[in-house]
Amino acid sequence: MTELAEVDRVNRRTGRRAATAGDQRRERALALVQQQGSSAVLVIVVLAACLLSPGFADWANFGSILVGNAYTSLLALGMTFVIISGGIDLSVGSVFALGGVLAAWGAAHGGAPLAVLLPVVCCGALGTVQGLLITRARLAPFIVTLAGLLFARGFLQAMSNEGSTTYLVPPGSAFLALGRGTWLPILTAVALFTAGAVLLLRTRFGQALFAIGGSEQAALLMGLPVARTKTLVYALSGLLAGGAGMLNAARLQSGVTNIGVGYELTAIAAVIIGGTLLTGGAGSVLGTASGVLLLAVILNLIGVHLSQYGSSASDLVNGAFLAVVVLLQTVLSQRRRLY
Amino acid sequence: MTTETSAAAGFDRDRLTAALQDYGVYAAIVVLLAVNTALAPRFLSLENLRVQLFQAVPVLVVALGMALVIGTEGIDLSVGAVIAIAAALIPLYLGYGPWPAVAVALVGGAASGLVGGGLVAFARVQPIVATLALMIGLRGLAVILNGATAKPVNDPQIGGLGLDSWLGVPEMAWLAVVLVAVVAFLVRRTTFGRQLTAIGDNRAASALAGLPVRRVLLTVYVISGVLAAFAGVLIVGHGGYADPANYGLYYELSAITAVVVGGTPLSGGKVRVLGTAAGALFMQLITATLIQHDVKSSYEQMVEAVIIVAAVYAARGRAGR
Repeated sequence: MTELAEVDRVNRRTGRRAATAGDQRRERALALVQQQGSSAVLVIVVLAACLLSPGFADWANFGSILVGNAYTSLLALGMTFVIISGGIDLSVGSVFALGGVLAAWGAAHGGAPLAVLLPVVCCGALGTVQGLLITRARLAPFIVTLAGLLFARGFLQAMSNEGSTTYLVPPGSAFLALGRGTWLPILTAVALFTAGAVLLLRTRFGQALFAIGGSEQAALLMGLPVARTKTLVYALSGLLAGGAGMLNAARLQSGVTNIGVGYELTAIAAVIIGGTLLTGGAGSVLGTASGVLLLAVILNLIGVHLSQYGSSASDLVNGAFLAVVVLLQTVLSQRRRLY
Repeated sequence: MTTETSAAAGFDRDRLTAALQDYGVYAAIVVLLAVNTALAPRFLSLENLRVQLFQAVPVLVVALGMALVIGTEGIDLSVGAVIAIAAALIPLYLGYGPWPAVAVALVGGAASGLVGGGLVAFARVQPIVATLALMIGLRGLAVILNGATAKPVNDPQIGGLGLDSWLGVPEMAWLAVVLVAVVAFLVRRTTFGRQLTAIGDNRAASALAGLPVRRVLLTVYVISGVLAAFAGVLIVGHGGYADPANYGLYYELSAITAVVVGGTPLSGGKVRVLGTAAGALFMQLITATLIQHDVKSSYEQMVEAVIIVAAVYAARGRAGR
């Protein structure tokens, strides 16, 4: 008895405690919160809103929520991969805006193919450079991507004559077809999320990602291509952000220059609320989808009931939500900590 | 911590890198000043230097707190939002007089630091997420408190803090000198400073050695919050307006840059206070240089991005190993 207590005490000190029933319960609770938490809250909030908020349960309203978030949700999709790998990408908001400006410029100067290719290639390249700086030069992801945020913003300002020129997509351009209607944006997002889920769960790349996020050292020792995988993750994030900006430009029919500020924060919030651990190694695309929808529904409700505060109220709610979720995750996963 | 290379050349290179990291920022300032003066003698005029100081001091003040946080291997992304909170609180409490309003703003910064530091120290949330949540939430709160439009702050005391000069040097620069001295003393000469760098070096070992890890971490984030709020007061005083929607945007980036350029590694365990101050002045000099030569702000942003990456790359060399 006393010996057991002694062993437990030592193990507690060294962080090598044997798994107890309490730990297992906690582990299960963590897994449940992580995997189902955001979906459950989403269902509850939607049901409550349907009952209590007049005008919410309406197909037109649902449609506008979905369309309004179809493109920005792609930033969260890319961010999911980045965060699972243990990194962070703060540049996506700026890259989103840059993608839009490049697309509109391309549509005006070279037609639809250039409008699609230019943002995808440029933003993918920018993401790749960030990835290389993070993996090859071993710089902290948040500092590289903060610099990337600044760089992309500066680049698009330089392109648009300090933001005073807004490139318009020519009215007859085939490029506009990409952003038309209600269903096309929604289906685009659904298709990309499905592809993302398959990539994450059914490919070698996805499995390597989980391993790297769990322990980069262990992944290296296992012989996984750590540097390549991580570089690809940032390339993918840049690609998705630029692509989302491109599609958004097709919808808006122009390259709006002051768009995208703070979008990276919403994307991160959606990913974390969706149950992806910011420490990396665990997360899901489906969780991110429900995180995005949850924030979108809350924003919609705030727009109806607290419209005098506008987006600042949703910022407040986002921040509070994020804090609560992170606190919950950390408290539940604390078994392994030393002190 | 320098590697024991037997070859003299290798040793020299190590020493050179180390010297560059430690003193490079001072050299860069001298070079930039010299180049600017050579190109335009007007640059060294008291008038121009004063204008530059008014711009640099708020960043410097925020960077001092950031240096302490980074010294503990943390990061504080909430500083820009704390500036917004301070800006929102001042007009709300100006009715009680200028100094109570300033005090409330500082208390707001301390409260934000308490929340962020509490999350880091007690709940063991990663600093970057804890302060990210604050960064998102606090700006929303600030805009709700103030309303979306900027409010004028016509107070001679607060305005004086942001606009007046003493002996030809802005009052806020004098205050910054005092703050630099206090923080430098704190880091170099007090137990708190020792504990702070020890925690940044190895939090687990510090905890096992019996250091008050949680208290020190909490204090560090509170200091960062208060300093950021003070920067907010200076910005409101200088601008004559409280504009929480726009004040303090990207200040976290500027502050982190100043700290890193000044030779404090992001990996913690070391704080360079004078270097941080020099880093803030250096970044302002870069901006001023580019503006003087009519470089557009878009290119200026890109140059800044490159400098940040370069500085972190240079600082990484020794600390990363």
